Amino acid sequence: MTTAINHGGLRLAGNKQRSTLKPSRLIAAPAQAVLPLDQHAGAPASPRVKVGDRVLRGQLIGQAEGEISASLHSSIAGRVRAIETRPVPYHRGSPSLCIVIDNDGSDSEVTGSLVDYRSLDPRALCEHIEAGGIVGLGGATFPTAPKLRRGQQAPDIQLILNGAECEPWISCDDMLMREQAQDILQGAVILCHALQAKRCTVVIEDDKPDAERAMRGALTKLNDERVAILSVPTIYPAGGENQVITAVTGMEVPSTGLPSDIGVLCLNVGTAAAIARWLDRGEPLIRRMVTVTGSGVNEAGNLDVWLGTSISDLIGESGGYAGSLARLLMGGSMMGLALPTDDLPVVKASNCLVAALPADLHPRGVEMPCIRCGNCSEACPALLLPQQLHWFAGSQDLGALEAHGLMDCIECGCCDYVCPSQIPLAQRFRDAKPALIERLTAREQAFLARERYESRDARIERIEAERQAKLAEKRKSMTARG
Amino acid sequence: MTPPTSPAPHVIAPNSVRRVMPIVIVALVPAIVMHVVFFGIGLAVQLVLGITISLVAEAIALKLRHKPLLPFLTDGSAIITGVLLAMCLPPLAPWWLVVSGSAFAVLLAKHLYGGLGANPFNPAMVGYAVLLVSFPAQLTQWLPPQLADLHIVRPGVGDSLYTIFAGHLPAHLAWDAITSPTPLDSLRTSLAMGQTMQEAQANPMFGALGGRGWDWINLSLLGGGVWLLALRIIRWHIPVAMLAALAMPAAVMNAVDPGAYAGALFHLTAGASMLGAFFIATDPVSAATSNRGKLIYGAGIGAITYVIRTWGGYPDGVAFAVLIMNAAVPLIDRYTVPRIYGHAR
Amino acid sequence: MLIAILVMSAMGTVLAAALAGLQSSASRRERLLTERINQALPQTQCGRCTFTGCKPYAAAIARGEADINQCPPGGDATAQVLADMLGRQPKPVDPHFGIVRKQSRVAYIDEPACIGCTKCIQACPVDAIVGASKFMHTVIAAQCTGCELCVAPCPVDCIEMREIGDVQTPWRVLAS
Repeated sequence: MTTAINHGGLRLAGNKQRSTLKPSRLIAAPAQAVLPLDQHAGAPASPRVKVGDRVLRGQLIGQAEGEISASLHSSIAGRVRAIETRPVPYHRGSPSLCIVIDNDGSDSEVTGSLVDYRSLDPRALCEHIEAGGIVGLGGATFPTAPKLRRGQQAPDIQLILNGAECEPWISCDDMLMREQAQDILQGAVILCHALQAKRCTVVIEDDKPDAERAMRGALTKLNDERVAILSVPTIYPAGGENQVITAVTGMEVPSTGLPSDIGVLCLNVGTAAAIARWLDRGEPLIRRMVTVTGSGVNEAGNLDVWLGTSISDLIGESGGYAGSLARLLMGGSMMGLALPTDDLPVVKASNCLVAALPADLHPRGVEMPCIRCGNCSEACPALLLPQQLHWFAGSQDLGALEAHGLMDCIECGCCDYVCPSQIPLAQRFRDAKPALIERLTAREQAFLARERYESRDARIERIEAERQAKLAEKRKSMTARG
Repeated sequence: MTPPTSPAPHVIAPNSVRRVMPIVIVALVPAIVMHVVFFGIGLAVQLVLGITISLVAEAIALKLRHKPLLPFLTDGSAIITGVLLAMCLPPLAPWWLVVSGSAFAVLLAKHLYGGLGANPFNPAMVGYAVLLVSFPAQLTQWLPPQLADLHIVRPGVGDSLYTIFAGHLPAHLAWDAITSPTPLDSLRTSLAMGQTMQEAQANPMFGALGGRGWDWINLSLLGGGVWLLALRIIRWHIPVAMLAALAMPAAVMNAVDPGAYAGALFHLTAGASMLGAFFIATDPVSAATSNRGKLIYGAGIGAITYVIRTWGGYPDGVAFAVLIMNAAVPLIDRYTVPRIYGHAR
Repeated sequence: MLIAILVMSAMGTVLAAALAGLQSSASRRERLLTERINQALPQTQCGRCTFTGCKPYAAAIARGEADINQCPPGGDATAQVLADMLGRQPKPVDPHFGIVRKQSRVAYIDEPACIGCTKCIQACPVDAIVGASKFMHTVIAAQCTGCELCVAPCPVDCIEMREIGDVQTPWRVLAS
């Protein structure tokens, strides 16, 4: 069995049982939807509606701006109440510009045209996917269209669909694979067409037998020999993009490059399902599967949620709070963001909400100095030396941080987990990265400036040489003449 | 609902420095018991003194550095320093030897460099080295093992306590009568006097493996060390490298000239080989960082130990070997950074 | 005793010869050193160091004809890097060569005043000014290195240096 993690990684308790006992359910449309315009990686979308406008469900309300951006669509039918800054569950607190829509109860919708993917060439298919506001639903929300465009430039690319879902508590992809396997595989076929890919591998961790069974069943019905399913051992973080790619191809994604450099493109299974929904049923990205779990909610489960719904509504749909929360996490227990309030909207990145009571988590103890025990380097899936990175981060030695691979840290938190001195390593590395990024960018700019300088020098020399040559020619012809 | 926030990750393994140190001490217990069986009550007294003074010195240092006392005093590192130092000293050494050694180790070799996690040199070894060069006489006053066939004068419990706390023997005992060199020391002296290895080892103090009594202690330490390996408290790289680098030159030289050089088994069970391999060299703070670095570090210690024992000025070289390799750690680390995922092979 | 001296001398000679043989030629070493020094310089190409660009300055340092503290855009940080690289004492930038600024600056052309003479375009060492004869000139701020070589040639004095505020350029990092 291929393993995604060749070194390090952790075996963690999954805590996914409770949220996968019952099938998922679609919740009612919210009374108000708060839709941030920048809920994706890249440039924010620019609003295409004004306050007071009537909008239908599925209508475009924000237009992608620039090369890396995504569109935004309304998830409910109603009237635009405001376009203002509101707190959002990312950015660590600073609010973003949001389109706030009040539901008018009409439930009217506008659907995009139903598109047969085979009728579009890869370029046009990419543009159509962009028009659906599709972004990566694994949590990073990278706009799918620019990612596909980059993949289209690689000569022989293979597609990987990431259904590993390795982080504890999160089970939305598991549920999606059990219930919408057909949509996922249809998305795979569409993506293969967009990339002209001859191979697609769906990666599933071996702690999801029901999901794997459902996917294999759907695959048999689909009968497309390009698509295969690969089961990987359940080790955190087997679902990291680098790790999944290594499991399927045996190659490593170069540190200064992208997966497309080694002929691979990796997307989440949820993204594939969303693409199928957009092309086959005309529904843009206006809802997603969200796991609501933790001992702090009475009924754990997976909900099909309209974007912009308030998190407090979701908790209400899940039987309400079962106690005073230790943390409210968006994401899992290893990389999830602790939210300061539940009065925040569900966004494209919201894969899971963990209402955690103290018993669910094991918080950090008092931080002690690093004793260089090496547990962290044993656990690191990126083969780093976190004890050294910690040392250099403390002395802000950017050169040493770069040499020891700070930028290769995937912030998975494995080092943190095993540290006997309870040092918040992942956070230290997150804090150290901006300074290093600034320095690396400055160095790149200096390199470009040098290239421009050298090409200018060469151009001036060449012009001078041509001038001299012409002068020599003229002199020669003059002496020849007289 | 406005719950508190903190950065990810939100689950940490229930693991702490506090858990590691008691296990290490438990791993040393069989060896301590063996030591008391063969060499009397002295070690127990040295241990009590060493541990007490180490903790006191740690508390003083923490107070001076304005650091909280409780988490640092209970992390066990000072206790380990005291224990290791006490085990390196002769059982009847005067009280001020272990006291000054422990104090020096904790105050100067640990806290002056920055405290827990910041000392470049192994504190116990620094303490031992200081004592060895400052009070060489006291550090040669070892006892012979308590064995039925050896006719020795063994000081009783009362006499032992008196010797340690008064700093000199009671009137009715003389050092010449009760002390005897360690196997390593004895071997060295015999060889220097022109005896062959076989003649030197004909002395009843030597057994099949090495020095009698000492072989049991080293085997207990080996057992304790393997237990630590099994619990993954320590990794195999340093012990294996050190013992291999000690055994291989010994085996080679022994094959070349069995009369002049002791064999591998002797070296492995003599002196502080096992204590060094599993408990001293594995001190993570002063050791190399990467696995490859650890192999080089361990091998260096083993090789230098053999060199000092065979051709150097001291009977046992583990302490100095450890200190020399501690100094080499930054260089080793610089050249053994492991390959990172995504970087060229 | 004699044998010992002879053996040590022989070993010493053999090792020295081996080391000498393995050394690259002096010119190659100087070229490599020049390249390494050039990598550490900020590539502003401003000429404040009295050389015509960063590479000539790097070559001069490698030849021992220039000191390591002549680069104001690189600031004390670059002087430190060069000191470490060459094994010399670090020293702050000599103010004789220019002011080390906390905030980097980029050139800005006051477009109503520009007469389209292209003198600034010819002066810019990194082609950061766009324009043509009788056409509007403008500075691409993201590519401007702050060398200030365009300011003097402008016949109508319409170029000024502005502190970087919202302009996305990381030059300030090397100067800080």
